[in-house]
Amino acid sequence: MNLDELYQEIILDHAKRPRHFGPLTDATVSVHADNPMCGDEVDVHLKLNGEGKVEALNFTGNACSICTASASIMTGKLLHKSAEECRTMSHQFQQMLKSEEAVTVPKEFGDLKALSGVRKFPQRVKCATLAWHAVEDALKEAGA
Amino acid sequence: MKDFVANDRLLQRRADFPVLDQLVHGKPLVYLDNAATSQKPRAVIEALRHYYEHDNSNVHRGIHELSQRATEGYENARAKVAKFLGAAKAEEIVFTRGTTEAINLVAQTWGLENLQRGDVILLTEMEHHSNIVPWQLLARRTGAELKFVPVQEDYQLDVEAAEKLLGDRVKLFSFTHISNVLGAVNPVARLCQKARELGVVTLVDAAQSAGHRPVNVQELGCDFLAFSGHKACGPTGQGALYGRKELLEAMPPWQGGGEMISRVDFQESRWAEVPHKFEAGTPNIAGAIGLGVALDYLEEVGREAIRVHDEALCQYAWERMSQLEGVMLLGPSPEKADHAGVISFFLDDVHAHDVVTLADQSGIALRGGHHCAQPLMRKLGRPATARASFYFYNTTQEVDRLVEVLKEIRAYFLR
Repeated sequence: MNLDELYQEIILDHAKRPRHFGPLTDATVSVHADNPMCGDEVDVHLKLNGEGKVEALNFTGNACSICTASASIMTGKLLHKSAEECRTMSHQFQQMLKSEEAVTVPKEFGDLKALSGVRKFPQRVKCATLAWHAVEDALKEAGA
Repeated sequence: MKDFVANDRLLQRRADFPVLDQLVHGKPLVYLDNAATSQKPRAVIEALRHYYEHDNSNVHRGIHELSQRATEGYENARAKVAKFLGAAKAEEIVFTRGTTEAINLVAQTWGLENLQRGDVILLTEMEHHSNIVPWQLLARRTGAELKFVPVQEDYQLDVEAAEKLLGDRVKLFSFTHISNVLGAVNPVARLCQKARELGVVTLVDAAQSAGHRPVNVQELGCDFLAFSGHKACGPTGQGALYGRKELLEAMPPWQGGGEMISRVDFQESRWAEVPHKFEAGTPNIAGAIGLGVALDYLEEVGREAIRVHDEALCQYAWERMSQLEGVMLLGPSPEKADHAGVISFFLDDVHAHDVVTLADQSGIALRGGHHCAQPLMRKLGRPATARASFYFYNTTQEVDRLVEVLKEIRAYFLR
């Protein structure tokens, strides 16, 4: 098992300088998510536009590098997507982390692929998926 | 740096623990998660096997030879627990799955019977969830109120505040002997004495102390005490509640079923004597017997010797770790206060969860997270810490290894 597969440069970069990090004053919905196993806490703040697409997506909280990096990359990837597209990407992402074998992922995954090493660390999969679950909950709460 | 006086007699005990002799991710295992659960000596593992291979049977109801052996083994174990805790009588020991179940038992029996709206249940800010949530459930049902003795800036309990709070409508004071996060050791005897003067019933959570130092319920002066065998070299799923006999006798039963009755009719029943009144159903017979053997083993090692070793190792680790750049230690300084073998810490710029994953890759078992003490962690402003916790089989070489790996982890994340 190689640690560098887990902690790739891109991940450490997002963990140290998370993007879209901070509250969103005009959020449509905010959802809090906990990982009770390790104490990761994330809040996602979602703003949908008139067409039901993601206009803004931010996150706040205190979490490990894997969780923070995943949330940071996610907030960039889901911008301007419809609820359905968000859910599809979330499911594809989770599949990438939970499959035994390496799976081929869509081209648009880009930086998200850096998190594929997490699947070799089963205890850390929950860290990587926490913010995604929160976004799915937020979409549901917004009725989207 | 202070010389660490290695106690050779204790370190020889390391060979009694088969699990310690293995490689994890290709490196020698360094097990520093003893506050979560201790490892088991061969004598305990053998006792479980011997029981199942020779004596397995149900207790208290069979006339045949095996049932007699099982009953004798089970009740002997109770006597051993009583002796281990300094209880006056074996009947004052109720077998439970562990500390959590013991606390829930008191909450659901003594608590429901004795608490009402306006009463106060006093806890401390350094409690484990298992000594908070059962009381929240009870408070919801009875209308009683929860209050918390503060933790001071030096990470010790504010004892004077406790003594003041005890005088205000408190019916029960339930508190930990040793904090599983901070390693702080509370002055149990002093607190129990004050409580008794005021007619307050006390429960001591001895999960972190019973296997690590002498614990004597009569010297401590508590009314109830809960502990887990698995943190004291015993098998998982077996612990005990000590309760003063008058209190246990006055309490209603908890779960109903076999073993806990003297007579059952269709409409009502009469209860067995204590402690059987609280032990419905077939108990964890092998677990109890294994626990008895574990306690014998600890007595042989010497509980005072274990305390001295734990504290010396903690002091050694504290000194070395506090010299590391970017490492912050949380807890009373062992120089100034009684500090058990538990060190919570965090690294600048590296989340506890990442520290634990990296340490694991070097064969070091740590715990990372909130340690089932979320309210305390929020108060400390740290949702998660890493924690190293020691036992008598740990060595200074293992602490040195931890220190080296922490340096590597920091360098790895600052790359």
